[in-house]
Amino acid sequence: MNANALLTRVRGQIPLLVTSVLLVSMFTVGSVQYDGFFSGQVLLNLLIDNAFLLVVAVGMTFVVLTGGIDLSVGAVVALSTMVSAWLVERHGWPPLVVIPLVLLMGTAGGWLMGWVIHTFEIQPFIVTLAGMFLARGLCYTISVESISITDPSYTAMAQTRIPLGDLFVSPSVLIALLVVAAGFVVLHYTRLGRNVYALGGSEQSALLMGLPVGRTKTTVYAISGFCSALGGVLLTFYMLSGYGLHAVGLELDAIAAVVIGGTLLTGGSGYLLGTLLGVLVLGLIQTVISFQGTLSSWWTRIVIGGLLFVFIVLQRLITARRR
Amino acid sequence: MTTAPTTPGARAVTRYRLFWPAAVLAVLLLANLAFTPDFFAVHLKDGHLYGSTIDILHFGAPLILVSLGMTLVIATGGIDLSVGSTVAIAGALACLHISEAADPASLGTVLGAVGIALGTAVLLGLANGVLVARVGVQPIIATLILMVAGRGVAQLITDGQIITITSEPYKLIGGGYWLAMPFAILLSGLVALLTALLTRSTALGLLLESVGGNPVASRLVGIRAMRLVGLVYVFSALCAALAGLMVSSNVSAADGNNAGLWIELDAILAVVIGGTSLNGGRFSIGGTVLGALIIQTLSTTVYTIGIPPETTLVFKAFVVITVCLIQSPNFRAKLARRGAGRRAGVRPSPATTTNREVGA
Repeated sequence: MNANALLTRVRGQIPLLVTSVLLVSMFTVGSVQYDGFFSGQVLLNLLIDNAFLLVVAVGMTFVVLTGGIDLSVGAVVALSTMVSAWLVERHGWPPLVVIPLVLLMGTAGGWLMGWVIHTFEIQPFIVTLAGMFLARGLCYTISVESISITDPSYTAMAQTRIPLGDLFVSPSVLIALLVVAAGFVVLHYTRLGRNVYALGGSEQSALLMGLPVGRTKTTVYAISGFCSALGGVLLTFYMLSGYGLHAVGLELDAIAAVVIGGTLLTGGSGYLLGTLLGVLVLGLIQTVISFQGTLSSWWTRIVIGGLLFVFIVLQRLITARRR
Repeated sequence: MTTAPTTPGARAVTRYRLFWPAAVLAVLLLANLAFTPDFFAVHLKDGHLYGSTIDILHFGAPLILVSLGMTLVIATGGIDLSVGSTVAIAGALACLHISEAADPASLGTVLGAVGIALGTAVLLGLANGVLVARVGVQPIIATLILMVAGRGVAQLITDGQIITITSEPYKLIGGGYWLAMPFAILLSGLVALLTALLTRSTALGLLLESVGGNPVASRLVGIRAMRLVGLVYVFSALCAALAGLMVSSNVSAADGNNAGLWIELDAILAVVIGGTSLNGGRFSIGGTVLGALIIQTLSTTVYTIGIPPETTLVFKAFVVITVCLIQSPNFRAKLARRGAGRRAGVRPSPATTTNREVGA
């Protein structure tokens, strides 16, 4: 590999490098600044508190890699918590039936949106916007109030602690990490993953190469729908309730995690593990702000906005120079 | 769109751009008549006009303003997601200024508050415009930054509280009356009129459409696309700030968390219903005003019928998807093919038909 090619390779990794440096430095500064910050449990709590966001962000990574966007994820998460709570509590359905049903519903919803986007060539943003309206509205048609869950298997999932030495994680973390691993394998080692990158690079070229553009597109939205529904199931374990106002603005957090993780918003370039780093950065911001104590919660939004700005401008600079 | 127009006159009417939005609005208004018989009644009390239709105009005024700005942004092929945050920031700044002033009721204080809010809006719009036009970020992403951060900034300004004020001149903007009409209606009507005049009586509208239709071609013919695109984002932010003043003035309070929440989605919806293409290159000011009124009427109807107001979202979802499908050329082509097939009994291939005509 000559020096020039090496340079190009390194340049593509810049956002990922910046994110890693940011993560390490934030954790270092936090450890120096606050008592009790430097512990393994604080790091594991990041995963415990953000397991659902991680799962949703994995689905969003697939969509963004094809150059699309999915605004419906937060609403689908809310609808999943609502349907779970409603069926389990009001109708006494067993969780083993409800959870697969919810996952199927999310996948079907995502697939339908993907199909509309591809077949009628409508912008993904407006179709998923309609999906968002529909899912949130359906939450309220089920119930305007929050439904809390007392089902023993749900509370068991919420309270189970899996010990790791002195530390512990929740079952949701294992599920989320499993989803990341599965997403990683699919993106980097399967034909579908290749097609996703090709589609994001240039839809026209992908079409001329004879790749199944339509099928890939509907599949990524179905994956995103599945991940949102699974995220909703994890959030139900975490919150033990179903509510139409759960996960408001989650789509923005997921997009921010994907962007901070180094995935290009124009599609075609990015890494799933970067998204994991992005979610950890978002979680760490919240942790630092709660450790600080004097900063109010709205600083989270301002900091996330600032980070988004820096990373988007960084992306522009990198892609502009590549040309 | 179930009945096909038969006579040439009817066909000309339905082809008119504003026909469908106007028809939907009329149907919605008439549907209200079935539930509230005195729906169209307008009466004069204490020199002020009251009535359901006046209420729709009054509460719809901020949405009309935001949608006007959004129309021009969408005409250039962009989108502005940050308007909701701008609404919140403008209201918060104005109310903060008035609440800290020595004399909240003086005209100078209120003018100062309006000036601060509009000035900040220009800066916010410039930030969006520079990101989109100069740095070249996709509009949806560039404005997403301000949408996320702006809510936080608004809460920072109000310190997470709801600032309440008592100021008679400020109250006029959103809740006051002038010439028997709510001032908000007159203000948004004036802005709509000015926008229509500015874009349709000068070349400005044409230039905007050409930038939206084909940015490269318009640059090659010498249109300063960058400056125009920057300008529409500033205009959009200004409209949003005016709407923010209206909202906060109507309730005499600034709420950083909920003011203008999701108004960006309603505004996009209004623009799309009004017949402006989301791909850019075509816009209609009149359509947008009708679209905003349709959305407001829908909300009012849901309230008066007694459906839980939160379920309005379901209706909106169906409206969005229907309008987008109708706008989609692919969908229309499919529908036309099916219609033609049904009429002829079999699906004729268009190519062979033309050949036969040429041969004859």
